[in-house]
Amino acid sequence: MYFRYSEVTPLTKGEGMQDNALLVMRGIEKRFPGVLALNGVDFTLRRGEIHALMGENGAGKSTLIKILTGVYQMDGGEIVVDGDKVSIRSPQDAQNKGISTVYQEITLCPNLTVAENMFIGRDKATWVQHKDHEKRADEILQKLGIPARSSQQLGSCSLAVQQMVAIARAVDMECKALILDEPTSSLDDKEVQMLFDLMRSLKSQGVGIIFVTHFLEQVYEVSDRITVLRNGELVGEYLTEELPQVELVAKMIGKELDELSSLRDDDQQKIDNKEIFYEAKGLSSSDALPFDFCIRKGEVNGFTGLLGSGRSESVRAIFGADKVVGGKVRIHDKPVKITKPIEAMKHGIGYLAEDRKRDGIIADLSVRENIMLALQVMNGFFKPISRSESEAFADEYIKALHIKTASRETPIGSLSGGNQQKVILARWLLTHPDYLILDEPTRGIDVGTKLEIQKLVLKLAQEGVSVTFISSEVEEMLRTCSRLIVMRDRHIVGELKGDELSQEQVMKTIAGGEA
Amino acid sequence: MDKSKKILKRNLGQLTIPVIAIFILIVFNLIRDPGFFAISFMHNNDGNIVLSGNLISIINGASELAILAMGMTLVTAACKGQDISVGAAAAIAGSAFVKVLKSSAVITGGTVLAAFLFACVVAMIFGAFNGTLVAVFKIQPMIATLILYTCGRSIAYWINGGATPTVSSPIISALGSFIPGIPIPTPVLIVVVVAIIFRLVFHFTALELFTQSVGINGSAARLNGINATFIQLLSFIILGVCVAVAGTIGVSRLGLINHETLLLDIEMDTILAVAIGGNNLGGGKFKISGSIIGAYVIQMLTITLYAMKVSSTDVKAYKAIVIIFLVVIGSPVIKVKFAKFMSKVHENKRSVSAKGAERA
Repeated sequence: MYFRYSEVTPLTKGEGMQDNALLVMRGIEKRFPGVLALNGVDFTLRRGEIHALMGENGAGKSTLIKILTGVYQMDGGEIVVDGDKVSIRSPQDAQNKGISTVYQEITLCPNLTVAENMFIGRDKATWVQHKDHEKRADEILQKLGIPARSSQQLGSCSLAVQQMVAIARAVDMECKALILDEPTSSLDDKEVQMLFDLMRSLKSQGVGIIFVTHFLEQVYEVSDRITVLRNGELVGEYLTEELPQVELVAKMIGKELDELSSLRDDDQQKIDNKEIFYEAKGLSSSDALPFDFCIRKGEVNGFTGLLGSGRSESVRAIFGADKVVGGKVRIHDKPVKITKPIEAMKHGIGYLAEDRKRDGIIADLSVRENIMLALQVMNGFFKPISRSESEAFADEYIKALHIKTASRETPIGSLSGGNQQKVILARWLLTHPDYLILDEPTRGIDVGTKLEIQKLVLKLAQEGVSVTFISSEVEEMLRTCSRLIVMRDRHIVGELKGDELSQEQVMKTIAGGEA
Repeated sequence: MDKSKKILKRNLGQLTIPVIAIFILIVFNLIRDPGFFAISFMHNNDGNIVLSGNLISIINGASELAILAMGMTLVTAACKGQDISVGAAAAIAGSAFVKVLKSSAVITGGTVLAAFLFACVVAMIFGAFNGTLVAVFKIQPMIATLILYTCGRSIAYWINGGATPTVSSPIISALGSFIPGIPIPTPVLIVVVVAIIFRLVFHFTALELFTQSVGINGSAARLNGINATFIQLLSFIILGVCVAVAGTIGVSRLGLINHETLLLDIEMDTILAVAIGGNNLGGGKFKISGSIIGAYVIQMLTITLYAMKVSSTDVKAYKAIVIIFLVVIGSPVIKVKFAKFMSKVHENKRSVSAKGAERA
C-alpha cells in the first residue's frame, strides 16, 4: 500500500492554512448559465479526518465535488493540495494528485473478478498479470478488512462489498483524499457498519475522507467535522461533537425547525368516523402474500417493516403494479377489479414508486411532459392535452411545490433528486387522486424537501385524500401517519395507532417482542 | 419574435447536423456546377408539362426512403432498435399490390385503391408479426426482424408464382411519375401527405408522448398506466403502412414488380436516415422531421456522386466516407465538446458586452 501520509507537510505558509491540512479550497466560484452555483466557498480537508459535506439539494455540494474531481472547471478561487497551488483539469488529473471518488452508483464491472476490478486500466504492461494482481488484491482486502476474495466475481458480492472494493481500488491508487458520495444509500444497517469500519481504518492511516450523505444519524456516527453549504454559499465549518443535530438541520435549511416536532393532527376519533375508501381482503400478487387492508377517506396510514418485509410489494399489489393473483377489493364499498396500473388510476389511485430513477422519472423528457404524463394516460390516447394547457399545469405545480428548475422544458434528469421527486408528486397531484400511495417519497432527498413533502401529505389528508406513506425512517412515519401497519417476513404482524405510535413500540413489533 | 427564436433554437439542437449537411452538399454542388440545381419545364412522354432537374430527381428519388424513415423513427423510439426487414416487407407489399391489380381485367381507380388497401393490410400483418416478437416476446428488434429480412423476398416470390408481372395503366404511371396537369412528381406529393398525416396523428393523439416515454423508461411508463406492449406493437404496424406506401410507389415507378430488386438494401439507408436526422438509435426522444431531412441528405449525396461521374460500384465507398463524417459529428462526444465551446464563446461575448456596459 502506498499511502503518502508519511510525507512531511510543509508547515503553515499563508493565512488560513492550518497544519495538517491536506487540501484547501479557497473562495471557489462556479457559474452556470443564469446561476451562481458556488459563491466564494471555502473548504478544508485535513489528514486523517472524516469530513461531512452537508447541504440541501442545490446547495452546491455536487458542484464543489465535481470541481475537486476535475469534472467541472472553477471560475474563481484556488485549490491547494499538500501546500502547492494546483489546477485540476480532469478526473484523471485529480486522481494523479491523489484525489479519488467513489460514486453512489458503483462504476466497476460486475462480471470481472475483484482483483481485475482493482487493477483494471492501471497496468502499463501488455499482459495482465493475474497471479500478481490476485496476490496484491488479497493483501489489500485483508489489510482493509474487506470480506471478499480477489478471485471472486464482483457481481457475486453484496453491494456493500462492491462499494468497498471500489474504495480499495481508489486508496490503492495512492489516494490522499477520498470522496464518498452517498455511499450508504443502498446499503442495509449491517453493511453501513462495515463501510464505517473501513472508513475509520482509512482515517487512522491518514487518509482524509469527504463524506456526502443525506442520513443525519450517519454523519453523527462517523464524521469528525461538518461543513454546511446553502444556496451555493458557505454557512460554516463545525466540529461534529459541538453541533447538535437540530442546529445542523436549521443551518442546512436556513430556518429554525420549530414545526418539525409534530405535524400530525392527532384527531383519531374524527378519522375513525369517516367512510372507508378502499378495502382489500386477501389481496395477493406474484410478489405479495395475501393480506387485508383498508383506508378511510382523509386518513394517512403507513406500512413499516425492515427492507424485504413485503411493505413495497403490498402497496404494489394495491396499485396493480405486479401481477395480482387473488383477493377481493372494494372501493366506496363497491366491488372493483384492479389488475393493472391504469385500472387503479381510473379508480383514483396514484402510486409514487420506490425507485425514482427506475420507475418514476422519464429522464429525457421535460419537467412539463413528466408532470402531464399520468393525466394524459387517464385522459386517453385520443385526447391529447394541448401544449398551452400542459404549460399551464407545469407552471402551476412548479410554483406550488417550489420545484427548482431552469424552465419547464428542462429535462427532468438534470434536476436534483428532491426536485425530481416533487415533479413526480406533481404528476400524481395533477390527476386529483382520491388515494395516493407514496413509497419512500423522501429517500435520498434533503431535509427541507422532506419536510415539505410531509406537510403536503397532511394537507392532502385534510382535503380528504387518503394517503399511504412508506418510509425507512420510522420517526418520519410517526410524524405523519395516524395508523401504522407493521410487516415482518411478508406478513402483517401488527397494527399500531393512537398511543401505541412510538418508536419503541414500532421497533418491538417489527422485532416480534411481546407486542 | 422571442418565442419563435426559442422554438427555432430547440429544434435546431437536433436538426443542426442534417441541415448543415444538406447546406454543405448544396454549396458544394453549386461551386462544382452553378447550374446543378437549375429547374426547367419540359414535356414528358405523356405530353405533360413537368418540372425537371437534379433537385427534382433528388427529392423524387428519396420518396420511398423518406416514408420508410418516418415509420422507422417511431419503431426506433419505442423499441430501442430497428426493423431491418422493411425492404423485404416492401417487396411483399408490392407483390400483393400487383396480385390484386392482375386479378381484374381492367384497372380502374377502384382496383388500384383496393390493391393498395390490400397491400396495407398485408404489410400491417407482417408489421404486427415483427411487433409481436419484439413487444410480447421481448426479442431484440434486429434479431426479430432478421426473420422477415431473410424470408421476405421468398414470400414475395410465391405471391405472384415466381413471375415478375408488369402492370401498365395510366393510373399506375400517374402514381409512379406524374399526374397529368401537376408538374410535381407524385411520389413527392405522397411524402408530403404522409408527413402531414404523421403531424395530424401527433396532434390528435398522445402517440408522441407515449412512444417517447416507453422508449426512455418502459418500467416507469408502465407504472403510469401506459400499455408499453401496445405502443411498441403499434409502432411496427404504423411502419407496416409506411412499407406498403413505399412498396406501392416502387412498383408504380417501374410498372412491374421484381421481388428480388424492389427497394433492395433500403433498410440500411432508412436506419441511416433516422440516425443522420439526429435521432438516438437507442430509443427515446425523436423527431420525424430529422429523419426526413436525413433521407434527402442520403439521396442528395448519391446523386452528387453520380453527377461527379463516380461509377455506381464506387458510390457506396464514397458514401461511407461522408457518412462516417456525419455520424462522428453527431456523436455525443463531439456534441458535448461543441456545446462547451459554444458556452465559452457566449461567456466571452457576455463579458465583453458587460465591460462595454461598464465603460458606458
